[in-house]
Amino acid sequence: MDAFLSSLVSVAFHGVAYGMILYVISVGLSVTMGLMGFTNLAHGVFAMAGGYILCSSLARFQMPFPLALALSFLLVAAASVILERLLYSRLYGASELEQVLFTIGLIFMSVAVARLIFGTLQQPVILPEYLKGPLTLMGREFPIYRVFLIVFSAVMIAGLWLGVERTLWGAMVRAAVDNRAMAQSIGINTKRLFTITFALGSGLAGLGGALGAEIVAIQPTYPFEQLVYFLIVVSIGGLGNLRGPFVAALLIGITDTACKYWVPQFGAFFIYAATIGLLLWRPAGLFGRRA
Amino acid sequence: MNHPVGYGADSRLRWTEWLPWIAAVGVFFLLPDYLSLGARVLTYILFALSLDLILGYAGIVTLGHAAFFGTGAYVTGILAAKLGVTDPVLQLLASAGASALLGLVTGAVILRTHGLAQLMLTLAVAAVCLEIANKATPITGGADGLTGVNVAAIFGQFKFDMYGKTAYLWCLALVFAGWWLTRRLIYSPFGATLTGIRENSVRMHSIGAPVYLRLLTVYTLSAAMAGVAGALLTQTNQFVGLNVLGFELSGELLVMLILGGVGRLYGAFVGPLVFLLAQDYLARQFPVYWYFGVGLILVLVVLFARGGILGISDGIIARWKKKT
Repeated sequence: MDAFLSSLVSVAFHGVAYGMILYVISVGLSVTMGLMGFTNLAHGVFAMAGGYILCSSLARFQMPFPLALALSFLLVAAASVILERLLYSRLYGASELEQVLFTIGLIFMSVAVARLIFGTLQQPVILPEYLKGPLTLMGREFPIYRVFLIVFSAVMIAGLWLGVERTLWGAMVRAAVDNRAMAQSIGINTKRLFTITFALGSGLAGLGGALGAEIVAIQPTYPFEQLVYFLIVVSIGGLGNLRGPFVAALLIGITDTACKYWVPQFGAFFIYAATIGLLLWRPAGLFGRRA
Repeated sequence: MNHPVGYGADSRLRWTEWLPWIAAVGVFFLLPDYLSLGARVLTYILFALSLDLILGYAGIVTLGHAAFFGTGAYVTGILAAKLGVTDPVLQLLASAGASALLGLVTGAVILRTHGLAQLMLTLAVAAVCLEIANKATPITGGADGLTGVNVAAIFGQFKFDMYGKTAYLWCLALVFAGWWLTRRLIYSPFGATLTGIRENSVRMHSIGAPVYLRLLTVYTLSAAMAGVAGALLTQTNQFVGLNVLGFELSGELLVMLILGGVGRLYGAFVGPLVFLLAQDYLARQFPVYWYFGVGLILVLVVLFARGGILGISDGIIARWKKKT
């Protein structure tokens, strides 16, 4: 019984850690898709870039961990502004097919670039001493890094929610999601809003990829392999809101961890099956508004 | 020169439409060293045709078309390697049937949704198929792939030879059949409904067209065609690997079709031909750059040349005619 209880606790713990990572990565996708109606399949590229930045700045340049983390956010956000202004913005009014093809093209290119620079091997994450080892809590041991991961993500998510609910920028974003034409006509500069929001979302994805590099291996095929998970989070959570994807990410994190722990022979089968079932039941997602 | 084929267009065969077939027969006699590559190109042409039906004509955006190709490939592989069914025609029929069934069942679900949910569902269906093939190792061989695929002579007469002559002609015959079927479909009232749904499904609903039923029919048909293409791949390679179900294959197929020109019958011919020839040459020498190039092609086509190669050539011809 105790063995079962401890595996239950362990699954819940690792599941929440994974779910947090999924959320930090996917929230930007949910907001940009809701805000701009842009089907950005290449969102995982930003997460992968964040992961590579973290791994190489830790391993090659021996940077302190917080600096590497900040860098993975800032560099990815900056790069995404350039991408958004140069390429994405040309396709805002385009059909879904064109956006899908365009972003798949970006994935192919980024996979090639990653392979060229870093090779096909998985990148090791060299954690600083203070984030290594176990933490004893209520008679159980938890890896410190994952505890840090959960706490850090939770603080960040709280900050994000406060920002969207309480600041002028957040009000503008919500207004633009609800009715873009109306937002524009009362004088909101939606173009600039898009760019800032896109940068923030991509930066968060970079940060999420960096934080999660220890859980989700950073390798060139990352954007392809993880795409399904990000899309599941967004489509189950519903577009253009913050809470839906959070619930979805936690659900998926915990379910996926539980499946891998107890029924590894089925792999990710249950996740996909549950997604299909859920989307049938509510095509707009659990918390989405009907399109 | 928007879409040169359609219900309103003249459905008689133009003389240029014989050219691909003459070229294909010419390859058989003139380039015997390239027959295995040729069979590969033909297989992908059939696969691309099936995608063109649902994407180009009916406007269903799918990220998981490999599910049907892979199902066809695995059904033939399992029949041949595990169950001792070696007759190639039977294998094809079984593959077509299995893929059609999968298309019917998943299509019944997927086609009720739109936008992101639809995209996600196509992806999820393919992912489920991949996961099953990956985990059911005793039947599918899992990550090692399925070997020992036996294929008997076609109609008991034509054995698959080591030069790939039979395989080439077999693929050619099936592509011809697929082309004929697709051509008949798109020039029919049925094809016109599909184009209508793609352009404006609300209006099609309001004039009383059975939109859902039409989409489901074409989705099932397309799945069956993709299944036949998958079976052909297994029969000519005598091996099935997990990549036949992967997202990368669905992506590459999209690239091929877009490159040739989507929503036009011969885009599905030009795209795979150019893509696979380039791959055969470039991918071996510069594997990394090749992937980059594939992505770049997609981005460039979407940004600058939405009609693909055929769209560009149409434009050139139109400009040339204007001048003279």
